[in-house]
Amino acid sequence: MSDTADPAASAEIDEQTRRDFLFTTTAAVGAVGLATAVWPFIDQMNPAADTLALASTEVDLGPIEEGQSITVVWRGKPVFVRHRTADEIKSAGEDDKAELPDPETDAARVQQPKWLVMIGICTHLGCIPLGNKSGEPKGEFGGWFCPCHGSHYDTSGRIRKGPAPNNLPIPAYNFLSDTKMKIG
Amino acid sequence: MRNNMKNRMTSTAVALALFGTVFLAGQSAQAAGNTPKPPAQSWSFSGMFGTFDRAAAQRGLQVYREVCAACHSLRLVHFRQLSGLGYKEAQIKALAAEVEVTDGPNDEGEMFDRKGTPADKFPSPFANAKAAAASNNGKAPPDLSLMVKARIGGADYLHGLLNGYEAAPAGFKVPEGGAYNKYFPGHVIAMAAPLSDDAIEYQDGTKATVAQMATDVSTFLAWAAEPELEERKSMGIKVLLFLLIFTGLLFAVKRKIWEDVH
Amino acid sequence: MSEKQMHPIIKWIDYRLPVFSFMEHELHEYPTPKNLNYWWNFGSLAGIVLVIMLVTGIVLAMHYTAHVDYAFDSVERIMRDVNYGWLIRYIHMNGGSMFFIVVYIHMFRGLYYGSYQAPREILWMIGVFILLAMMATAFMGYVLPWGQMSFWGATVITNLFSAIPIVGDSIVTLLWGGFSVDNPTLNRFFSLHYLMPFVIVGLVVLHLWALHMHKSNNPLGIDAKTDQDSLPFHPYYTIKDLFGLGAFLIFFAYFVFFQPNFFGEPDNYIVANPLQTPPHIVPEWYFLPYYAILRAFTADFFLYAYTPIAWIMSAKLAGVLAMFASILLLLLMPWLDGSKVKSSKFRPVYAMFFWIFFLDCIVLGVVGGKPAEGVWIYIGQATTTYYFVHLLVIIPLVSRLERPKTPPESISAAVTSKAEG
Repeated sequence: MSDTADPAASAEIDEQTRRDFLFTTTAAVGAVGLATAVWPFIDQMNPAADTLALASTEVDLGPIEEGQSITVVWRGKPVFVRHRTADEIKSAGEDDKAELPDPETDAARVQQPKWLVMIGICTHLGCIPLGNKSGEPKGEFGGWFCPCHGSHYDTSGRIRKGPAPNNLPIPAYNFLSDTKMKIG
Repeated sequence: MRNNMKNRMTSTAVALALFGTVFLAGQSAQAAGNTPKPPAQSWSFSGMFGTFDRAAAQRGLQVYREVCAACHSLRLVHFRQLSGLGYKEAQIKALAAEVEVTDGPNDEGEMFDRKGTPADKFPSPFANAKAAAASNNGKAPPDLSLMVKARIGGADYLHGLLNGYEAAPAGFKVPEGGAYNKYFPGHVIAMAAPLSDDAIEYQDGTKATVAQMATDVSTFLAWAAEPELEERKSMGIKVLLFLLIFTGLLFAVKRKIWEDVH
Repeated sequence: MSEKQMHPIIKWIDYRLPVFSFMEHELHEYPTPKNLNYWWNFGSLAGIVLVIMLVTGIVLAMHYTAHVDYAFDSVERIMRDVNYGWLIRYIHMNGGSMFFIVVYIHMFRGLYYGSYQAPREILWMIGVFILLAMMATAFMGYVLPWGQMSFWGATVITNLFSAIPIVGDSIVTLLWGGFSVDNPTLNRFFSLHYLMPFVIVGLVVLHLWALHMHKSNNPLGIDAKTDQDSLPFHPYYTIKDLFGLGAFLIFFAYFVFFQPNFFGEPDNYIVANPLQTPPHIVPEWYFLPYYAILRAFTADFFLYAYTPIAWIMSAKLAGVLAMFASILLLLLMPWLDGSKVKSSKFRPVYAMFFWIFFLDCIVLGVVGGKPAEGVWIYIGQATTTYYFVHLLVIIPLVSRLERPKTPPESISAAVTSKAEG
C-alpha cells in the first residue's frame, strides 16, 4: 500500500508497529528472565563451598626420608609424593634422551629434583600404579608399575612401556617452606 | 445495582468475621502465657535492605568465643564462613589455628590432634549430648547455630533473654539450679546469667555492657543462622523489580490482545 | 497453523505421532468461554507450581541424605554450602504452601460456580484425589528435614492409624518399619515423597483430559453454545494465564526472599529429639482445618456423645474418620448439590451459605493452630459441626428448595448486556 496519505491506514500501521514492539519486548524480557532463573539449577551441581574448602592439601615433608614415598589424598584422588634418591634423580635425567612415548624432561616435571609429586592414577584407564610402598613392584624402569594392564613408569613418572598414553600428571603445588608443601 | 450492594455486604461480613477471628486469636495467645513478648529491636539485618553490622557481628563472635563457647556449640558454622563477616583469610587461619581438632586415623590407626584449619567447624565444648547434659545438671546447653531461627521472636528473643535476668518477684519460687528470667517461657531457666558488665574486653574498645554484648552476640548468631541473608535480600530486590516490570509488560500485552473482544 | 502451513519435517513427524496437531487442538484452537474471570487462573497456576516443585525437588534430592544422623545436617549443608542451595530449598519449602494456597482457591472457585456439576463430576473427583495425593506428599516431605516438628508430626499422624480397631497397632508398626518413627520411616518417606509427585502428574493428566472433554465451566455456569461464546485458548488465555503467573510470582518471590520462614515453625530448626515433645505441636497451616476436626471429637462432643457413633467406636476413631470424611465427602458434591443451575450468581441463598462455609473453613484453620483448651474447644466443635451440616444437610436442602434466578440465554448475550449496562 503506497497510499500512506490515508491517515486511517497510517494510524493502523503505527498501531501495528507498536503492538509488535510491545510483544517482542515482552518476549525478550521473559526469555532473559527464564535464562537467568535456570542458572542456579545448573550451578548447584558444581562443587559446594565445603568441597571447595578441601580443594587444597598441605603436606608435611619432614618425616619422609630419602627413598620413601607417601600417598596423600587430594580432591579425592591419590597423590604420590616421593623423596627421590640421588640415583633416581640421576637415572631420570639420563632417561631424558631415551625413547619416550610422551617426551618430557625430568627437569620440567619437578620443582626441586628431590621431590617428585604426581597424581597417582594410571593414564590408561584410571587404576592406581604400584611402587609407592616399599616392597611393591616398581616395573622395569624402577619407578611405578600399573598391574591392571601392565604400564611401566620410570623414576620421573614417565610412561615407558605398556598401553598408557601419557606420563603421570603433575598437580599444581608449591613449597610453603623447606618441609611444607601445598597441593592445589 | 442491588447485586453490587449485596456483594459489598458479603465482603464486608467476610472481612469483619475474619478480623474478629484473628483478634480473638491474638487475645487468647496473650492470655495463654504470662511471659511478656521481648521488646522489638531495630536490627541492622531486618527489613528488605538489611545487612549485618560487621563490627557488631565481629564483637558478637568475640562474645561467643569468650563466653558462650564454654557451654554452647556452634556446630554448623565453619571458620571459612567467617569471610562473610569481613574477616581476611589470614585472620580466619589464625582463628582456626587456635583450636585443636581430632583427626585421623593416621597410618598407625591412631587418632591425633592437629591445629584447626578454615575448613573445620567450630569445636564443640562437650564430646556429645550426654556429656553436655551430665556437666550441666542434666540439661544439655542447646547448639547456637540455628538459635535465631529456632525461637519465636528470633534475635529479639535472644536479646530479650540475655537482658531478662532479674530478681524473681515476691512469692515466685525459683527451684535450685535455675535462674529467673523475664522472657524465658515459664521464667525458670537452667542457664545462669551469662553476661555481666565488662565480662570481656572488646578488641575495638567498645564498652562491654550487658546490653551491648547482648546486641552484638545476637547479631552474630543471626548471621550464624542465616549466612545467606544478605545475598538473599539483594537478589530478592532484583527479582521483584524484574517481576514487576515483566508483569507490567504482560498486562499491557494482555490488554492489547483482549481489546477487540466483546 | 493449519495442516497446509506445516513445515515438511513437522508434517512428517505429525503423520506418525500427532503431537503437533494435538497441541494445536488442545492448546491453540481449544475453545474457551470468553467470560472467564481471574479465579479461573488458579488451575494453570497449580500446574506451574507442580512443575516448580518437581524441578526444585529433584535438585534437592541430589544433595539430601535420608538418614536420621545426616538428614538435618544435609539440609543445612544445602542452606549454607551448596551453590544457590538456600534459594532452591526456600522455593521448595514455600512452594508447598503456595501449592495449597493456589489449589484451595481453585477448589473454592469450583464450589462457588458449581464447576463440579454434570457433566464435570469426574473432573471434580479427580481433583479431590489430587488434593489427597498432595496432602500425602506434603506430609512426607515435611518429615525429611528431620527437625522437631518433622519427627513429632510424623509420630502424631502415623499414630492416627492406631485408631483402627484390631489391626491398628500392626498397621502403625508396618508404617514405621520399627517401634517408633526412626531411620526406616525416614527412608521410606523419602522414597514415597519422590514417587508421589509423579502420581500427581498422572492424576493431573487425567484431570486435564476430563476438562478438555466438556471444556471449562464459566462464571455464568451456562454452556457455550455458539462460536460467539468462546475464544481460542491461544493467545487469549495463554496471555491471561501468563499475566496471572507474573502476579503470582511476585507474591511467591516476596516470601522466598523476604519471609522464607513465614509459613514454617521455628521448632523445625531444632534437630529431632525422640525424647522430648515440643510444647505445642501444630501441623503446617494447610492441614490445620483437618487437625481441628480431628481434635473436635472428644468423649463429650455432642455430635459424638449423643449419636449412635458413640455406641460403635471410640472418640479417637470417630475423630480420625471425621477428618478423612471431611475430604472424601467432597467427592459427593455433584450429587449433594441437586440444583439445575450451577453458578452461585443465580443462587443467592446457596451463595450465602457458601460464604458461611468458607468462613467456617478459615475458623477451623485458626482453631487447628491453637492449643486445645478453653473456648477453642467449643469453637472447634461448633465449626466442625457446621462443616458436616453444611455438606450433608444444607447443600442438599438448599439446592433443592431454592428457586434460582434465570441465567441469561448465552454467554455472549450476557457479556454484551453488561458492556451496555
